[in-house]
Amino acid sequence: MSQAPGITVKGRAEIGGARLFAPLTLELAPGAWTCLLGGSGVGKSTILRLVAGLETEAAFTGDISASDGGPVAPRVGYMAQDDLLLPWASVAQNIALGPRLRGDPTERDRLAGLMARVGLNEHAQKRPYALSGGQRQRVALARTLMEDKPVILLDEPFSALDARTRAEMQDLAVELLAGRTVLVVTHDPGEAARLGHSVQVMTPEGLTEVTPPKAAIPRGVDAQETLACQADLMRHLMALAA
Amino acid sequence: MTRALIKAWPALAATAFALAIWQAIVTLSGVPRFILPAPALVAETWWTNRWVIAEHAWITAVEVFLGLGIGALVGVATAIQLATSRYARLLVQPVLVFTQALPVFALAPILTLWLGFGLSSKVLMCVLIVYFPVAASFLDGLLRTPPGYLDLARTMQARPGQVLWRIRVPAALPSLASGLRLAAVYAPIGAVIGEWVGASRGLGYLMLLANGRSKTDLMFAALLTLGVFSVLLHLGVRALTRRMVREEV
Repeated sequence: MSQAPGITVKGRAEIGGARLFAPLTLELAPGAWTCLLGGSGVGKSTILRLVAGLETEAAFTGDISASDGGPVAPRVGYMAQDDLLLPWASVAQNIALGPRLRGDPTERDRLAGLMARVGLNEHAQKRPYALSGGQRQRVALARTLMEDKPVILLDEPFSALDARTRAEMQDLAVELLAGRTVLVVTHDPGEAARLGHSVQVMTPEGLTEVTPPKAAIPRGVDAQETLACQADLMRHLMALAA
Repeated sequence: MTRALIKAWPALAATAFALAIWQAIVTLSGVPRFILPAPALVAETWWTNRWVIAEHAWITAVEVFLGLGIGALVGVATAIQLATSRYARLLVQPVLVFTQALPVFALAPILTLWLGFGLSSKVLMCVLIVYFPVAASFLDGLLRTPPGYLDLARTMQARPGQVLWRIRVPAALPSLASGLRLAAVYAPIGAVIGEWVGASRGLGYLMLLANGRSKTDLMFAALLTLGVFSVLLHLGVRALTRRMVREEV
């Protein structure tokens, strides 16, 4: 993996002439986790899809650039709420999806190493339906790591998991994605309070930065400052709704 | 085996009941045998003519298997071709729909005229009747790949060919399976119609022959054989395609 660049998203978006979000600037610091928090329909996922170079419903006017001047979309790894595992392929085949889709040979050692790191060694030949929700997200995480991209986009990746599994996955993701520029789109204030080096609350009017605790991520689920930040974010969201 | 028997017993009981009613109607009403032969007579005729029936059934079976195989292959190839090219879809799809608007039955005399009374005209009938459900349902599946998979492939800089073989085709297999099941039901119809229009062998021919000579019992025996064959074919295709669908779970 090359040095992770910072990413800047600057612009506005409309859907069918109606405003999706006002002109905004979102800065993703290099090698850091940025959490984009907001309610449904404010365009969080649109921003993420724009960075990933995917099609969106919205018309975007503006610019998405990397701090090193390089291209953005080809250096992005993407992980969605739906784990998007191919049900007919084994765990190992799913993790090696990227090379398989490019027609490249799979680096066996790297594959084995990744499976070990996410704790799926014994499940290599299983089909996804034989796995639990948490295990499936581990496969998705390993698949993302297999791509070895410097910029990682997570679209509510853990929201379908139970509370305990979610916390475990957050810990694992922080450990394994260290050094990469990460954007997490979430509607969970707790997640943002645990994971964000920078936390942005998104509304149709734009972004509001909320200062997260100083502690290193992943912050303790029971740490006083994490809970205070979570409460603070919750207040922001509720004030917006009012 | 016992479990299969337990599962099948309502169907078996219903069949036995229907046969009993049939037998009772014939016995009580005294219908002449050339109008409605009793099941017992049909069974007897079937047994005494079993080799003749088997010979004709074999011909029909060959036509159906060839037609089903070729029709499915061509259908699959068409679907893949159309799925990968928007131009091909714009160009070919209307033609495809138009050909389906023509009843295949109406084509049977022409096909016989062109291809003769032999096997090929019947096989082509089967192919025509099988082709559309396979092509249409598989194409439908290929065009409905879950968008999330395609997004993921996009962020991986996937090659279109690999996306087709590793994602779109496997994701469409359940659709193909339902097309094949439908095709298996239609295929014997194609063969029999072909045989009606002009043939010297096959179950359809045997039925016409028996009918012309008022051997209604033989006609029923041939019809029954055709029915059993069709059911077995359907079950066979279902068993084959079940594996295809199960892999999707």
